[in-house]
Amino acid sequence: MKHIISALVQNKPGVLAHVAGMFAARAFNIDSLAVGRTEDPELSRMTIVVIGDDRVVEQVRKQLAKIIPVVKVQDFAGKDVVAHDLLLLSVAATPEKRPEIVAVVEMFGAKVVDIGPKSVMVEICGPETKIEAFIDACRPYGIKDVVRTGTVAMGRQANIKVKIEK
Amino acid sequence: MSKNSTSGDSAAPQPIIKQGSQIIVDTLVEQGVEIIFGYLGGVVLPLFDKLYDAPIKFIIPRHEQGGCHMADGYARATGKVGVVVATSGPGATNLVTGLATAMMDSIPLVAITGQVRTDLIGNDAFQEADTTGITRPVTKHNVIVKDVRDLARTIREAFYIASSGRPGPVLIDIPVDMQIAECVHEPPSHVKLPGYKVRTKGHAKQIAMAAAAINVSKRPVVYAGGGVIISNASDELRKFAEKAHLPVTTTFLGLGAYDQNRPESLDMLGMHGSAYANYAVQESDLLIAVGSRFEDRVTGKLKTFASKAKIIHIDIDPASISKNVHVHIPVVGDAKAILSDLTKAVEYRDRTEWFDQIATWKEKYPFRYDDKGAEIKPQYVIEELCRLTKGEALIATGVGQHQMWAAQFYRYSHPRQFISSGGLGTMGFGLPAAIGAQLACPDATVIDIDGDSSFNMTLTELSTAVQYKLPIKICLLNNGYMGMVRQWQELFYGKRYSCSSLENPDFAKLADAFGAVGISVDKKEDVAAALEKMLAETGPCLVDFKVAREENVWPMVASGKSLHEMDGLDIFESMA
Repeated sequence: MKHIISALVQNKPGVLAHVAGMFAARAFNIDSLAVGRTEDPELSRMTIVVIGDDRVVEQVRKQLAKIIPVVKVQDFAGKDVVAHDLLLLSVAATPEKRPEIVAVVEMFGAKVVDIGPKSVMVEICGPETKIEAFIDACRPYGIKDVVRTGTVAMGRQANIKVKIEK
Repeated sequence: MSKNSTSGDSAAPQPIIKQGSQIIVDTLVEQGVEIIFGYLGGVVLPLFDKLYDAPIKFIIPRHEQGGCHMADGYARATGKVGVVVATSGPGATNLVTGLATAMMDSIPLVAITGQVRTDLIGNDAFQEADTTGITRPVTKHNVIVKDVRDLARTIREAFYIASSGRPGPVLIDIPVDMQIAECVHEPPSHVKLPGYKVRTKGHAKQIAMAAAAINVSKRPVVYAGGGVIISNASDELRKFAEKAHLPVTTTFLGLGAYDQNRPESLDMLGMHGSAYANYAVQESDLLIAVGSRFEDRVTGKLKTFASKAKIIHIDIDPASISKNVHVHIPVVGDAKAILSDLTKAVEYRDRTEWFDQIATWKEKYPFRYDDKGAEIKPQYVIEELCRLTKGEALIATGVGQHQMWAAQFYRYSHPRQFISSGGLGTMGFGLPAAIGAQLACPDATVIDIDGDSSFNMTLTELSTAVQYKLPIKICLLNNGYMGMVRQWQELFYGKRYSCSSLENPDFAKLADAFGAVGISVDKKEDVAAALEKMLAETGPCLVDFKVAREENVWPMVASGKSLHEMDGLDIFESMA
């Protein structure tokens, strides 16, 4: 089962290496990892998507909390959260094909951010299922490149102070 | 900043400007450091220059690994933070085994390493290594100092982190230019560690639940680990067991936490533990784990471990709880505080039936060995040593068969009396750890019970013992094998002794060459006299006992077997 874990960490060198090293050393699987600054320059937020049963994820949470520069750890499992990915996708698009692709883009609420002679770059933000569906919808046209941020998440009524970079 | 500022009010103390190296030394003194183990090198020269005048004793090992184990031995013997210093590159990498050893056994250390100049970092400079990168998984915390103004605070935080909560090693990497740079030496202030919280007192509700479970239990067993020693909770453990009328077994690292001469003691449990401890755990209806972590060498097959028991787990590390075994009543906090609270909440119960059952096992399966032959049995040497030292010596060991016999046949009555690498199983730990322990306890009889293979790994530290006139004793159980490996090859690999025998030097002559006293013994009747002579020596002394070569450690729970499925008990019965 996928768990979204949110860790507030001190903004210090080596913290990311420490967290990543702990996951590797304890054989935990990271599905995605997103790191960004918060409104407090001394703190960063890591959003980690982990695959494992409840016992594994409990260990992940505890082992994360044990790392000294990790200030707070939250497991969003079973909580009401907004969990979004940001995707940039480059899809093959000759001028003749463009209108069709733009129709797909609009249907998904995505946005064309760059146009080249042979391809267009699209940006889409949203829950993972939506992102996956969009990738599938683009596949027939020929996907050239995909870049994803990994999930970032925030509890709907969470009192954690966090700002996701737009 | 001007030293002669005239603008401020006269009450404000004058800021004191110091070099980084002086700040390091002064902060170490402020933290109560009396002794440092360490080895010089290019990028720690500024620090060593300041140590020249410092009120700190400095011990030079012959290898940084030895220095790290010495600091570890010192820490285990005293409970204080051990301090080790090494240079960059190979100096730092040589610490890795020592740090990992301390990490696994939760030993408080502060390691200070030199680093190349900050402007050279990342350029593959001479003797450069990514020390914080290399040591991150084997330390509780590590940090590189890149601003001299962070030095004092970083050192204070290191001591606090190393010694509090579940202790462990902390490494501070200090580039040479940070040792030379100057800044104001800030006075001590509160450490600023927003991500580090230590819970001392146990949750009252959890303690009440634990007490209720104990009060209704018919067949309880206390399973105490190294955490009891770390938390200085031996007295609390004894009072708790006495009041609630509980039998107590300890882990290997918990030896000494509970006086083995007391009737409730079940001695050590686990792979080479006593049959009575293992049976008691397997038959128990309540297992009270204190400062222990359900390691595989303790539990055997997890599925069948204490399967009839409800489990209470008292531990300061929340991550230890339910890591290997599902725990019914966790109590997070310091063992000393929790045991004290728990003792108030428990009631005496008559458990004669349970104690009678245990007594039957105890009578039937004490630790035994066959002593009929003419050979020197290693167990016999340890029994004699225990008799001659009245069980009062401080024992350090290497790793292997001799270590298990030292755990089985010496009787420990005090905490911090037994110093051995449990978690990591670091061969070569014994001699340097004994040196550290002797420096910590100058008046104690410190004995390294060692095996020939373990001893070979760090024997160069004999010259450290001689240089500092440390009266440590080395009781070498020499069978010419990597004994434990040979035992496994005998039992599980059809007696194919692949690469497990050694050609050893004449250890007695070697000890002489180092300037210590060396004695060689190959007859059983000479054992006691040799031990007496060894104990009477005022300087370092080694006795090389040529012991039975293919003796095995029994009983044994083979890998993957349940804790009650011990091999070797039939051998016990035939000896009875």
